[in-house]
Amino acid sequence: MTTIDYDLEPRAVPATGEKPKTIEKVSIIISKGSLEGVYPGLIMANGARMEGIEANVFCTFFGLEAITKKRQDRIKVATVGNPGMHMPTLLGALPGMSWVATKMMARKMEKLDFPPVSEFVEMIADSGAGIYACKASVDMFGLTQEDFVPQVSGVITVGEFYEQAAGGEIVFT
Amino acid sequence: MTTMELVGVERDAEGFLKDPQQWNEEVAAEIAREAGIEELTPRHWQVVRLMREAYLATGESPSIRTLGKASGVPIKELYELFPKGPAKLAAKIGGIPKPRGCI
Repeated sequence: MTTIDYDLEPRAVPATGEKPKTIEKVSIIISKGSLEGVYPGLIMANGARMEGIEANVFCTFFGLEAITKKRQDRIKVATVGNPGMHMPTLLGALPGMSWVATKMMARKMEKLDFPPVSEFVEMIADSGAGIYACKASVDMFGLTQEDFVPQVSGVITVGEFYEQAAGGEIVFT
Repeated sequence: MTTMELVGVERDAEGFLKDPQQWNEEVAAEIAREAGIEELTPRHWQVVRLMREAYLATGESPSIRTLGKASGVPIKELYELFPKGPAKLAAKIGGIPKPRGCI
Protein backbone atom coordinates (compact mmCIF):
# COMPACT_ATOMS: atom_id res chain seq x y z
CA MET A 1 0.00 0.00 0.00
CA THR A 2 1.32 3.43 -0.83
CA THR A 3 1.15 6.04 1.84
CA ILE A 4 0.69 9.64 0.94
CA ASP A 5 2.43 12.19 3.07
CA TYR A 6 -0.31 14.69 3.84
CA ASP A 7 0.49 18.23 4.71
CA LEU A 8 -2.21 19.14 7.20
CA GLU A 9 -0.90 22.54 8.26
CA PRO A 10 -3.58 25.22 8.04
CA ARG A 11 -3.11 27.46 4.99
CA ALA A 12 -4.55 30.71 6.20
CA VAL A 13 -2.57 31.88 9.20
CA PRO A 14 -3.63 35.28 10.53
CA ALA A 15 -1.01 38.02 10.24
CA THR A 16 -0.76 38.20 14.02
CA GLY A 17 0.63 34.69 14.03
CA GLU A 18 -2.12 33.61 16.43
CA LYS A 19 -3.44 30.10 16.07
CA PRO A 20 -6.90 30.14 14.42
CA LYS A 21 -9.74 29.39 16.84
CA THR A 22 -10.97 25.81 16.84
CA ILE A 23 -14.58 24.88 16.07
CA GLU A 24 -16.40 23.90 19.26
CA LYS A 25 -19.93 23.31 18.04
CA VAL A 26 -21.76 22.60 14.76
CA SER A 27 -25.41 22.37 13.80
CA ILE A 28 -25.94 20.45 10.61
CA ILE A 29 -29.07 20.79 8.52
CA ILE A 30 -30.01 17.89 6.23
CA SER A 31 -32.55 19.08 3.66
CA LYS A 32 -32.36 16.46 0.90
CA GLY A 33 -33.71 12.94 0.75
CA SER A 34 -31.34 11.29 -1.71
CA LEU A 35 -28.41 9.12 -0.67
CA GLU A 36 -25.95 11.80 -1.75
CA GLY A 37 -28.09 14.34 0.07
CA VAL A 38 -28.19 12.49 3.38
CA TYR A 39 -24.70 11.01 3.85
CA PRO A 40 -22.60 14.20 3.79
CA GLY A 41 -24.56 15.67 6.70
CA LEU A 42 -24.34 12.43 8.68
CA ILE A 43 -20.61 12.16 8.01
CA MET A 44 -20.07 15.75 9.12
CA ALA A 45 -22.07 15.27 12.31
CA ASN A 46 -20.33 12.02 13.21
CA GLY A 47 -16.97 13.49 12.23
CA ALA A 48 -17.54 16.45 14.51
CA ARG A 49 -18.24 14.17 17.47
CA MET A 50 -15.15 12.10 16.67
CA GLU A 51 -13.14 15.29 17.05
CA GLY A 52 -14.83 16.14 20.33
CA ILE A 53 -16.90 18.89 18.70
CA GLU A 54 -20.47 19.31 19.97
CA ALA A 55 -22.98 18.49 17.20
CA ASN A 56 -26.68 18.72 16.42
CA VAL A 57 -28.52 17.42 13.36
CA PHE A 58 -31.68 19.13 12.09
CA CYS A 59 -33.64 17.33 9.38
CA THR A 60 -35.93 19.41 7.22
CA PHE A 61 -38.04 18.81 4.09
CA PHE A 62 -36.90 15.62 2.34
CA GLY A 63 -34.05 15.32 4.80
CA LEU A 64 -36.70 13.84 7.12
CA GLU A 65 -36.30 10.61 5.14
CA ALA A 66 -33.07 10.01 7.07
CA ILE A 67 -34.94 9.73 10.38
CA THR A 68 -38.26 8.28 9.20
CA LYS A 69 -38.59 4.64 10.31
CA LYS A 70 -40.05 3.31 7.09
CA ARG A 71 -37.82 5.30 4.80
CA GLN A 72 -34.32 5.61 6.19
CA ASP A 73 -32.88 2.41 4.79
CA ARG A 74 -34.58 2.84 1.42
CA ILE A 75 -32.89 6.09 0.47
CA LYS A 76 -31.66 6.06 -3.12
CA VAL A 77 -29.10 7.76 -5.29
CA ALA A 78 -30.54 10.26 -7.77
CA THR A 79 -29.80 8.91 -11.25
CA VAL A 80 -31.62 11.74 -13.03
CA GLY A 81 -30.46 15.34 -12.94
CA ASN A 82 -27.20 14.28 -11.35
CA PRO A 83 -24.32 15.00 -13.76
CA GLY A 84 -21.87 13.44 -11.31
CA MET A 85 -23.40 10.03 -12.08
CA HIS A 86 -22.15 10.29 -15.68
CA MET A 87 -25.40 8.76 -16.84
CA PRO A 88 -27.55 10.14 -19.66
CA THR A 89 -30.80 11.52 -18.24
CA LEU A 90 -33.05 9.19 -20.26
CA LEU A 91 -31.04 6.15 -19.21
CA GLY A 92 -31.16 7.26 -15.59
CA ALA A 93 -34.93 7.50 -15.85
CA LEU A 94 -35.36 3.80 -16.73
CA PRO A 95 -37.25 1.80 -14.09
CA GLY A 96 -34.90 0.23 -11.54
CA MET A 97 -31.92 2.36 -12.50
CA SER A 98 -31.84 4.22 -9.21
CA TRP A 99 -32.13 0.90 -7.38
CA VAL A 100 -29.16 -0.57 -9.27
CA ALA A 101 -27.02 2.52 -8.76
CA THR A 102 -27.88 2.54 -5.05
CA LYS A 103 -26.98 -1.15 -4.68
CA MET A 104 -23.62 -0.54 -6.35
CA MET A 105 -22.86 2.44 -4.21
CA ALA A 106 -23.98 0.69 -1.02
CA ARG A 107 -21.56 -2.14 -1.71
CA LYS A 108 -18.71 0.31 -2.17
CA MET A 109 -19.67 2.24 0.95
CA GLU A 110 -19.88 -0.90 3.08
CA LYS A 111 -16.32 -1.71 2.03
CA LEU A 112 -15.23 1.73 3.21
CA ASP A 113 -17.01 1.12 6.53
CA PHE A 114 -19.93 3.50 5.88
CA PRO A 115 -22.83 2.29 8.02
CA PRO A 116 -26.37 2.09 6.61
CA VAL A 117 -28.40 5.24 7.37
CA SER A 118 -30.25 3.66 10.34
CA GLU A 119 -27.02 2.55 12.01
CA PHE A 120 -25.35 5.86 11.23
CA VAL A 121 -28.16 7.86 12.86
CA GLU A 122 -27.97 5.58 15.90
CA MET A 123 -24.18 6.02 16.10
CA ILE A 124 -24.53 9.79 15.94
CA ALA A 125 -27.21 9.84 18.64
CA ASP A 126 -25.09 7.55 20.84
CA SER A 127 -22.16 9.92 20.42
CA GLY A 128 -24.22 12.50 22.28
CA ALA A 129 -25.43 14.58 19.32
CA GLY A 130 -29.01 15.85 19.28
CA ILE A 131 -31.19 14.84 16.33
CA TYR A 132 -34.20 16.99 15.54
CA ALA A 133 -37.01 17.11 12.99
CA CYS A 134 -38.22 20.41 11.54
CA LYS A 135 -41.76 21.21 12.68
CA ALA A 136 -42.83 22.97 9.49
CA SER A 137 -41.82 19.97 7.36
CA VAL A 138 -43.33 17.46 9.78
CA ASP A 139 -46.65 19.33 9.62
CA MET A 140 -46.43 19.65 5.85
CA PHE A 141 -45.85 15.93 5.29
CA GLY A 142 -48.47 15.03 7.92
CA LEU A 143 -45.99 13.11 10.05
CA THR A 144 -45.89 12.66 13.83
CA GLN A 145 -43.15 11.79 16.33
CA GLU A 146 -44.30 8.15 15.95
CA ASP A 147 -43.04 8.08 12.37
CA PHE A 148 -39.50 8.80 13.45
CA VAL A 149 -36.77 6.56 14.83
CA PRO A 150 -36.38 6.69 18.62
CA GLN A 151 -33.10 8.59 18.33
CA VAL A 152 -34.97 11.75 17.35
CA SER A 153 -34.88 14.06 20.36
CA GLY A 154 -37.79 16.19 19.24
CA VAL A 155 -39.76 18.07 16.62
CA ILE A 156 -38.65 21.69 16.86
CA THR A 157 -39.39 25.02 15.21
CA VAL A 158 -36.83 27.04 13.30
CA GLY A 159 -36.63 29.40 16.26
CA GLU A 160 -35.82 26.55 18.61
CA PHE A 161 -33.24 25.35 16.12
CA TYR A 162 -31.48 28.71 16.26
CA GLU A 163 -31.53 28.54 20.06
CA GLN A 164 -29.93 25.08 19.87
CA ALA A 165 -27.38 26.32 17.35
CA ALA A 166 -26.35 29.35 19.41
CA GLY A 167 -22.63 29.77 19.77
CA GLY A 168 -21.70 27.37 16.97
CA GLU A 169 -21.41 27.01 13.22
CA ILE A 170 -24.40 26.15 11.03
CA VAL A 171 -23.85 23.86 8.04
CA PHE A 172 -26.63 23.49 5.46
CA THR A 173 -26.60 20.37 3.30
CA MET B 1 6.05 20.71 31.44
CA THR B 2 7.16 17.18 30.74
CA THR B 3 6.72 14.62 33.45
CA MET B 4 9.16 11.81 34.16
CA GLU B 5 7.24 9.22 32.17
CA LEU B 6 7.37 11.29 29.00
CA VAL B 7 11.08 12.17 29.03
CA GLY B 8 12.64 11.19 25.73
CA VAL B 9 9.27 10.31 24.17
CA GLU B 10 8.89 12.11 20.84
CA ARG B 11 5.45 13.51 20.09
CA ASP B 12 3.89 15.64 17.36
CA ALA B 13 2.22 19.03 17.82
CA GLU B 14 -1.05 17.39 18.88
CA GLY B 15 0.63 15.04 21.31
CA PHE B 16 0.57 11.81 19.30
CA LEU B 17 3.65 9.60 19.65
CA LYS B 18 5.96 9.78 16.64
CA ASP B 19 7.19 6.26 17.24
CA PRO B 20 4.70 3.64 18.54
CA GLN B 21 7.67 1.68 19.92
CA GLN B 22 8.36 4.35 22.53
CA TRP B 23 5.05 3.49 24.16
CA ASN B 24 4.54 1.77 27.49
CA GLU B 25 1.79 1.69 30.10
CA GLU B 26 3.25 4.57 32.10
CA VAL B 27 3.37 6.74 28.97
CA ALA B 28 -0.28 5.82 28.34
CA ALA B 29 -1.34 6.76 31.86
CA GLU B 30 0.48 10.10 31.63
CA ILE B 31 -1.06 11.04 28.24
CA ALA B 32 -4.45 10.07 29.68
CA ARG B 33 -3.90 12.41 32.64
CA GLU B 34 -3.00 15.24 30.25
CA ALA B 35 -6.35 14.65 28.54
CA GLY B 36 -8.18 14.78 31.86
CA ILE B 37 -8.58 11.03 32.45
CA GLU B 38 -7.17 10.63 35.95
CA GLU B 39 -7.17 6.88 35.95
CA LEU B 40 -7.38 4.37 33.13
CA THR B 41 -9.96 1.78 34.14
CA PRO B 42 -9.98 -1.79 32.74
CA ARG B 43 -12.67 -0.59 30.34
CA HIS B 44 -10.36 2.18 29.04
CA TRP B 45 -7.56 -0.35 28.64
CA GLN B 46 -9.81 -2.67 26.67
CA VAL B 47 -10.29 0.11 24.10
CA VAL B 48 -6.72 1.40 24.12
CA ARG B 49 -5.22 -2.06 23.67
CA LEU B 50 -7.59 -2.90 20.85
CA MET B 51 -6.69 0.31 19.03
CA ARG B 52 -3.02 -0.38 19.45
CA GLU B 53 -3.22 -4.02 18.41
CA ALA B 54 -5.30 -3.13 15.35
CA TYR B 55 -2.80 -0.48 14.32
CA LEU B 56 0.20 -2.72 14.81
CA ALA B 57 -1.48 -5.49 12.81
CA THR B 58 -2.87 -3.42 9.94
CA GLY B 59 -0.93 -0.16 9.91
CA GLU B 60 -4.15 1.81 10.27
CA SER B 61 -5.88 3.17 13.33
CA PRO B 62 -9.48 1.88 13.42
CA SER B 63 -12.45 4.18 12.95
CA ILE B 64 -15.09 4.71 15.62
CA ARG B 65 -17.48 2.23 13.98
CA THR B 66 -14.88 -0.53 13.81
CA LEU B 67 -13.76 0.34 17.31
CA GLY B 68 -17.29 -0.02 18.67
CA LYS B 69 -17.80 -3.36 16.96
CA ALA B 70 -14.39 -4.86 17.66
CA SER B 71 -13.97 -3.73 21.27
CA GLY B 72 -17.44 -4.74 22.40
CA VAL B 73 -17.73 -1.35 24.09
CA PRO B 74 -20.89 0.42 22.85
CA ILE B 75 -20.47 3.80 21.11
CA LYS B 76 -22.29 5.57 23.95
CA GLU B 77 -19.86 4.23 26.51
CA LEU B 78 -16.87 5.01 24.27
CA TYR B 79 -17.85 8.67 24.40
CA GLU B 80 -18.26 8.50 28.17
CA LEU B 81 -14.82 6.91 28.57
CA PHE B 82 -13.10 9.29 26.13
CA PRO B 83 -15.22 12.44 26.05
CA LYS B 84 -13.08 14.41 23.60
CA GLY B 85 -13.38 11.89 20.76
CA PRO B 86 -12.87 8.17 21.54
CA ALA B 87 -10.91 7.00 18.49
CA LYS B 88 -8.61 10.01 18.53
CA LEU B 89 -7.95 9.97 22.25
CA ALA B 90 -7.59 6.19 22.51
CA ALA B 91 -5.07 6.35 19.65
CA LYS B 92 -3.12 9.06 21.44
CA ILE B 93 -3.10 7.11 24.70
CA GLY B 94 -2.23 3.92 22.81
CA GLY B 95 0.81 5.57 21.25
CA ILE B 96 -0.32 5.20 17.65
CA PRO B 97 -1.00 7.84 14.95
CA LYS B 98 -4.22 9.82 14.80
CA PRO B 99 -6.97 7.90 12.94
CA ARG B 100 -7.59 9.41 9.51
CA GLY B 101 -10.88 7.67 8.69
CA CYS B 102 -13.95 9.83 8.07
CA ILE B 103 -16.46 7.48 9.67
